[in-house]
Amino acid sequence: MNTVTPIQESIAGLYESESRRVLATLIRLLGDFDAAEEALHDAFRAALEQWPRDGVPSNPRAWLVSAGRFKAIDAARRRTRFDALEDMGEKAEPVFIDTAAWADDESVEDDRLRLIFTCCHPALAPDAQVALTLREVCGLTTEEIARAFLTPAPTLAQRIVRAKTKIRDARIPYEVPSRAELPERLEAVLRVIYLVFNEGYSASSGEQVTRHDLSAEAIRLGRLLVELLPEPEAQGLLALMLLHDSRRTARTSPDGDLVLLENQDRSLWNRAQIAEGVPLVEQAFSSGRPGPYAIQAAIAAVHAEAAAATATDWNEIVGLYDLLMRTTPSPIIELNRAVAIAMRDGPEAGLTIVDGLLDRGELRDYRLVHAVRGELCRRLGRTADAQVSFERALKLTRQEPERRLIERRLAEVSK
Amino acid sequence: MKYLCLVYLEPDKLHAVPDRECASCGQGLRERGVLVAAEALEPIETATTVRVRNGKLLVTDGPFAETKEQLAGFYLVDAHDLNEAIQIASKIPPAREGSVEVRPVRELNP
Repeated sequence: MNTVTPIQESIAGLYESESRRVLATLIRLLGDFDAAEEALHDAFRAALEQWPRDGVPSNPRAWLVSAGRFKAIDAARRRTRFDALEDMGEKAEPVFIDTAAWADDESVEDDRLRLIFTCCHPALAPDAQVALTLREVCGLTTEEIARAFLTPAPTLAQRIVRAKTKIRDARIPYEVPSRAELPERLEAVLRVIYLVFNEGYSASSGEQVTRHDLSAEAIRLGRLLVELLPEPEAQGLLALMLLHDSRRTARTSPDGDLVLLENQDRSLWNRAQIAEGVPLVEQAFSSGRPGPYAIQAAIAAVHAEAAAATATDWNEIVGLYDLLMRTTPSPIIELNRAVAIAMRDGPEAGLTIVDGLLDRGELRDYRLVHAVRGELCRRLGRTADAQVSFERALKLTRQEPERRLIERRLAEVSK
Repeated sequence: MKYLCLVYLEPDKLHAVPDRECASCGQGLRERGVLVAAEALEPIETATTVRVRNGKLLVTDGPFAETKEQLAGFYLVDAHDLNEAIQIASKIPPAREGSVEVRPVRELNP
């Protein structure tokens, strides 16, 4: 059996920490995702051969970029020569590679942003944006992504191939959007990250463990984005994910049942994540124009800072929902606001809003509107109404733990 | 790189954008040097489809696609990349009434 030498170990560590950076730069230099991936692997293979003999270079990342670029040029030359042999009439064209500065820290960090914005380009299909981001930016394997999204691996692989083909053939540029385009393009990036997070957080089906990793991956992506581009909404999204994730252990019982926020054991909340999330909310708000992610994060922060459910500042939460309704009005937000109003002013006030929503024909097939209505009726002692609403909610629910929770409530009001 | 911007509109919106506005859009693109060609089309009822099968010419009325939107015109533009093509397409007046499909032109490889 081979023993792992310290140099091999440090190369493995370097792969963990630097391979995505090196890849991002190689894509810019080579102008092609597939060529860059091949070059990345060639570069690490070269490191495994040469470093034990020659020692670790003083700037390993620059060495890897340079080696990858060299290998790619070499491979292209060999291909050209081979084609030339096939077709003697054609003269082999020299391969031209841009030789501008390519390994200083600033341009390398820009490359990582370029990679994120390219993977999340709105001209790519939404599921392709997600797959490509996890593959290229996070370095997950196709199999890992397929497992987490409960998608067959060949389907997922094809999605990635199609996206790369479009990037090449439609010429999606490898660049950070201009200031004018930034808000819309950033929104697309944030949407991808939040989707990855929710896929792991709500764990609507499938293995809990793999899906949990998706939330961790989304938080890592969020941190990277905030580090590279400290925009208020990027900070808001990271805070929102951290504050939600801080309740992960508390939100399910040992038997896998859902535990509502008010019943959660707050000593189980992850204090480190809360301590990281709350200041981010403050930073996002200090910009003066908090967006929807920052406002939702602020709501989560109010909960995080309440020592007990009864100590929750519902007035503050209602105010934040009012703000959210002004920036991005939607029936779902109105429903959440109704819950906050019910907590502040009593169930009757909340029920009026919920019934108003239903009268307008909004959210009729949304399970939570009926679950909320059932709960508010239950608190008002209107058990017959509660029963009807819980039954309706139960019909619309597909998630197993949620179904059990509603069944318990239904059993209570049916006694 | 060339991109073909195909303008699609529902039949009742074919004249929703004044010709004057479309003409000045084309003029603006021409002055910027990004326009290769642009034309508006007569409605789909005037279209004729031509096929050649086994050397025989087949001419039919139509096409009559299932989709509600029909091809109403096109702009062939020369843009640096897809982002620039998207920027140009977003300025085409019918984009606000219907939709504009942006397709990269494939270089023939004879």
